[in-house]
Amino acid sequence: MSLARRIIPCLDTDGEWVVKGVQFGNLRRLGDPAELAARYDRGGADEVVVLDIAASRDRRPTFLETIRRVARALSIPLTAGGGIRCLADARAVVEAGADKLTVNTAAVERPELLAELAAEFGSQAVVLAIDARREGSGWRVWTRGGHEATGLDAVAWAAQGAERGAGEILLTSIDRDGTRKGFNLELTAAVSGSVGVPVIASGGAETPEHFAEVFDRGLADAALAASIFHENRVPIAGLKRFLAGRGVTVRMVEEATGC
Amino acid sequence: MILTLVDYGAGNLASVERAFARLGAQTRRARSGEEIGDAEAIVLPGVGHFGALARALKREGMAEALGAAVERGTALLGICLGLQVLFAQSEEAPGEAGLGWLGGEVRALPADVKLPHMGWNQVRRVGPSRLLESIHEDSWFYFAHSYAAFETGEAAVAKCDYGSPFSAVVERGRLTAVQFHPEKSGEAGAKVLRNFLEMAR
Repeated sequence: MSLARRIIPCLDTDGEWVVKGVQFGNLRRLGDPAELAARYDRGGADEVVVLDIAASRDRRPTFLETIRRVARALSIPLTAGGGIRCLADARAVVEAGADKLTVNTAAVERPELLAELAAEFGSQAVVLAIDARREGSGWRVWTRGGHEATGLDAVAWAAQGAERGAGEILLTSIDRDGTRKGFNLELTAAVSGSVGVPVIASGGAETPEHFAEVFDRGLADAALAASIFHENRVPIAGLKRFLAGRGVTVRMVEEATGC
Repeated sequence: MILTLVDYGAGNLASVERAFARLGAQTRRARSGEEIGDAEAIVLPGVGHFGALARALKREGMAEALGAAVERGTALLGICLGLQVLFAQSEEAPGEAGLGWLGGEVRALPADVKLPHMGWNQVRRVGPSRLLESIHEDSWFYFAHSYAAFETGEAAVAKCDYGSPFSAVVERGRLTAVQFHPEKSGEAGAKVLRNFLEMAR
């Protein structure tokens, strides 16, 4: 009996539709978030993340409605984020049905936000998202969707974030994102080994082997991916069978079989 | 039967409501002792801080109304922090009195494991359980907590091991509680809620 490593499909949305974010302004619609969420719930996903990658203020009500629709489709936990700048934003997201929320740029700009969120919702509901890029012998934090350098050391920022109240780190390797070369094992292990909270690895997954190695060598507690799940290139049930065969503790569920 | 959900102004009651709605059960929210009144069955959900919940229950006569209902034999299901508050106190908020209906100690999980205990884990039966009836031994449940109940004596019917063994399910007659989130635990969690509904009827 031990805690299972989690597999988390991520719904990147423009607020309304699941999109493939190759580059901003060049988004391809992949489907309806609530429909995909329902499919993942049945298929054995351990959680679902829904993000508003556009995060524009005037589209906020649309994204909150998307969170509501996704939450209704799920019997597993839901994390939502993108554009959460303050307590009021966070309350709206939680009221819409999210169990956890992610903050990224706003936490870098005002780290006290993490403590405020933890005081209101509990640390277990606060996920610090970090986008990291290699620089010299370490990794630096980038904000605003990976477009703005902060100079912060990613490992130190993760540790500080956990200290301030984040209950989980969602760690994306900008260098690996979209490359299909696998998770950044070195970065993930460096962060996971230096914080006392769970770490979700993200960026670069393409094959079941990539997941096995990020749990084994990357010391990740959970692994997140988007299009390989949306396009069903790696079905979650099959991925979990593969991981179980490799000795990784995963939650197996009986898949509902159609007639 | 209508389930009464205790609403103390924090946390995500909607997910509990949705989970019961999927089972065809009717729910209503109670924000005061008066509204708890003659509840047919009670659910005490909880996320956040022990101190905040303990203080909230002391407002509007909620603790007294809950106590009276439990005395009458009304079925009650505590969830997560709603399990911890059934005990007299917690290390999370020394000096804040919980409901004190069950004997045991609420303490932080050991520091040599990652906290919060976040994700899916299994439980091991240590006594006959109505909530876990006909649920497969290998089932997974979703946990999200850093504090847990220990030394709960005979009330513990299932334990979970994370850093050290803690009480995952407690039952004393119709007073029941789970440390995991059944409303977020897929099909296995739905079965726990269904078992509670059957017991409450």
